[in-house]
Amino acid sequence: MSVDKLKQTVLGVVAVSLFLASGAVFAGLADMPLNLTQGVTETSQRVYDLHMIILYIVTVIGILVFGVMCWSIFHHRKSKGAVAAQFHHSTAAEIAWTIIPIIILVAMAIPATKTLIFMEQTGDAEMTLKVTGYQWKWKYDYLDEGVTVWSALDQASNEARQMDSGIDPNTVENYLLDVDNPIVLPVNTKIRILTTAADVIHAWWVPALGWKRDAIPGFINDNWTNIKEPGVYRGQCAELCGKDHGFMPIVVHAVSKEEYAAWIEEQKAAALAAADGANREWTKDELLAKGKDVYAANCVSCHQANGNGVEGLFPPLNGSAIVNGSAADMIGLVLNGKNLMPAFKDQLNDADLAAVMTHERNSWDNTAKDIIQPADVKAAR
Amino acid sequence: MSYGAVHDDEHHDHKPTGIGRWLFSTNHKDIGTMYLVFALTMFFIGGAMAMVIRLELFQPGMQYVDPQFFNSMTTVHALVMIFGAVMPAGVGLANWMIPMMVGAPDMAMPRMNNMSFWILPFAFTLLLSTFFMQGGAPAGGWTMYPPLVLQLGDGLPFLIFAVHFLGLSSIMGAINIIATVFNMRAPGMTFMRLPLFVWTWIITAFLLIAAMPVLAGGVTMLLTDRFFGTAFFDAAGGGDPVMFQHVFWFFGHPEVYILVLPSFGIISQIIPTFSRKPLFGYASMVYATASIAFLSFFVWAHHMFTVGMPLAGELFFMYATMAIAVPTGVKVFNWTATMWKGSMTFETPMLFSIGVLFMFTLGGFTGLMMGITPVDFQYHDTYFIVAHFHYVLVPGIVFGIVAGVYYWLPKWTGVMYDETLGKWHFWTSTISVNVLFFPMHFLGLAGMPRRIPDYNTQFTDWNQIVSVGGIAFGLSQLILVWVVIKCARGQGEKATDQVWEGAHGLEFTLPSPPPFHSFTTPPEVTEATAHS
Ligand code: HEM
Ligand SMILES: [Cu+2]
Ligand SMILES: [Cu+2]
Repeated sequence: MSVDKLKQTVLGVVAVSLFLASGAVFAGLADMPLNLTQGVTETSQRVYDLHMIILYIVTVIGILVFGVMCWSIFHHRKSKGAVAAQFHHSTAAEIAWTIIPIIILVAMAIPATKTLIFMEQTGDAEMTLKVTGYQWKWKYDYLDEGVTVWSALDQASNEARQMDSGIDPNTVENYLLDVDNPIVLPVNTKIRILTTAADVIHAWWVPALGWKRDAIPGFINDNWTNIKEPGVYRGQCAELCGKDHGFMPIVVHAVSKEEYAAWIEEQKAAALAAADGANREWTKDELLAKGKDVYAANCVSCHQANGNGVEGLFPPLNGSAIVNGSAADMIGLVLNGKNLMPAFKDQLNDADLAAVMTHERNSWDNTAKDIIQPADVKAAR
Repeated sequence: MSYGAVHDDEHHDHKPTGIGRWLFSTNHKDIGTMYLVFALTMFFIGGAMAMVIRLELFQPGMQYVDPQFFNSMTTVHALVMIFGAVMPAGVGLANWMIPMMVGAPDMAMPRMNNMSFWILPFAFTLLLSTFFMQGGAPAGGWTMYPPLVLQLGDGLPFLIFAVHFLGLSSIMGAINIIATVFNMRAPGMTFMRLPLFVWTWIITAFLLIAAMPVLAGGVTMLLTDRFFGTAFFDAAGGGDPVMFQHVFWFFGHPEVYILVLPSFGIISQIIPTFSRKPLFGYASMVYATASIAFLSFFVWAHHMFTVGMPLAGELFFMYATMAIAVPTGVKVFNWTATMWKGSMTFETPMLFSIGVLFMFTLGGFTGLMMGITPVDFQYHDTYFIVAHFHYVLVPGIVFGIVAGVYYWLPKWTGVMYDETLGKWHFWTSTISVNVLFFPMHFLGLAGMPRRIPDYNTQFTDWNQIVSVGGIAFGLSQLILVWVVIKCARGQGEKATDQVWEGAHGLEFTLPSPPPFHSFTTPPEVTEATAHS
């Protein structure tokens, strides 16, 4: 075999393997879209269109400008014998490249302004959803129905995302994009969405709806959406809100108006049943069983599964003087919060609160071992 | 022929020696060197934090650090890079070059110069010491938004005082630069004959004086909110958390131009040199820079479109942001026209400058996209933003600074740097920086929020590519250290006074290395020597 042939073979092998490798990479990359979503609302479609127009415009400008630069770099080089011209200004050129961009920008500003005005039309909504950001979950109030839904990271993701959990996130469906209680919204309905927050600033973002908006404590922001297609739409908090900012997803189930009405009825019935639960005497086993789940959903992110907290940020419950002290003090603290600890009185019902405190008093090395009844919590409110 | 050298032999060329030379230095070159060494050190400290971030993001799930520490990494990485690496590097170059470029012996206020440098290590000790405190290092983002930032533990006052000191240092540096340029120009060095690097720095200095006190005021309000019972940013007390964002970005947007203008100045020196052709549109360059600086005070709210402003406000800030693209475009076209029909060679400083030209422009394009308010509602706080500002900051600004270092290193040390290593540095940096930042556009468009320590599995592949690019970029920078050390030790060919065939300007009339006191007899500047 001649040297040339050898060279050719080697190059061929290299080329083919590079090709295969890049094919493999792109096959692996295929599940992620590379462009903005078109979404499922008129807003998201308009935003997508604007995004594409401006992307095309900058691409064309880029090709022209980079093209001139490259031409110059290849042809006007000393090694090719280029001799430097000595011009150093041209009024005509300078005016041209000031005016032409202005024209392009004005052309761009017109559709952008129209879309912005369209997005700000929050009036004549058929229903109102109030979204409140908490560290680190969402509360949804269906204001016309009196229904409230708390929505936090789902159990499977939450377990897998703990350090050294030993669980491969690839085995968890919708890892970090799933919640315990998804919200349900009707399609083809103009829905007003109010965003606010209880502690720090969060931002509510479902890309398929076409916008995000900050949720700011003490202020209420006004937005709207009108979902065209039934489906499950996922999003995330988009404003840094502390330790678990990356772990407060949003899931919207868009369904037909009938299904939505049925779901609302279900929620109302469930709320009644829960309120009932607070009026009876609970056994210790019942409380412990429920308390474990409530702890996992509400307390573990700060106080940790082993009850030892995070040094310097969140105090341990294991061996804590309050957890092992009088029930009244503990109830007061959990209801009203303290410093970084949120007030849970609006977040959890009497039975949940009684259960979780009972769980804490009976766990780890704690010695209280007594029980707190929902009635005790109710009395302390 | 050199003016300084003759003069220098006559009296004091007795440099102070030992540690005192540095501690008590009033010499613009020594102080410039300290600024640059400090900046390089902080660049590696901030870079190490970036490596932690990229390591954690290499795969889904939490592997190495807990989320709180991850947030500290992103926060302190940004603070260190902006206030510790890029700004001091700019001031270091200004210190070294401005007296030489305007034909002065030194800076106007040498003692203040010493102080403005020595505040920096002190301020960063305050900032970095928070890692060892109850509650850890700042973790609420470099933007320090309340109420979140107020949840920080014992570190909060340290963060705030560090910011105060950094502001103080910058303002002193800025005053010094303005005083030097206004009072110490050589005869014949009129304003419209100043090299562009000097021009961009005067404008930067005015921006610093206008913007830094605003930041200082904002963080002071954080301090009183936390410790003295005020409620500037607490709605429960009648305040408004969004007010802080307005204050912050009123500083923050001019700040991005504080970072970038010196880099514009540097490439405006380098591109003509290696094109062997005068800078195209000198006057329009000056006016464009000034208009960018002026407009930069009217666009701040484009960083906070999603807070919910009235429609009129959103429209105003959208139009103003689009307007700033016009003078920015003028600059890019002028640089391109400077290369056009030149006689180019591609030594390392030119390569890095061309890198700036291409990749800063790319960051400008995404900036324009984000300026379209309705679309920014989707882009905001995603990796698309991270891609944008890293394109303008790394290949836009850091590359500009590096270009300046290669360009003037032979002047500073008297020996040529190793061109082969320089080229390796350029190519490895350029390839890796794109592997690092380009895919972030895709991640952002696909819906990955910024400032998160873990992500949905669909984002894995591109994050791995990004992390590989990150580590490659980090390692590439070691080449720069090697190059600089070789030059500092005097290893290399002897550099001529003019250093580069096409170089012009007063700094290239001095010997390489220049005398301790640059020009002790003012040189004479004419139209012909200024613009050629
Ligand atoms: C044509 C020029 C530019 C335009 C139109 C532009 C536009 C924007 C816009 C609209 C944002 C906010 C995006 C968002 O958060 O939703 C932004 C963010 C940012 N830009 Fe630019 N930009 C330009 C140039 C620059 C330059 C020169 C720098 C730096 C030297 C820079 C640095 C940044 C940084 C650091 C952020 C993010 C800040 C943060 O949220 O932490 N930009 N830019
Ligand atoms: Cu968040
Ligand atoms: Cu800005």
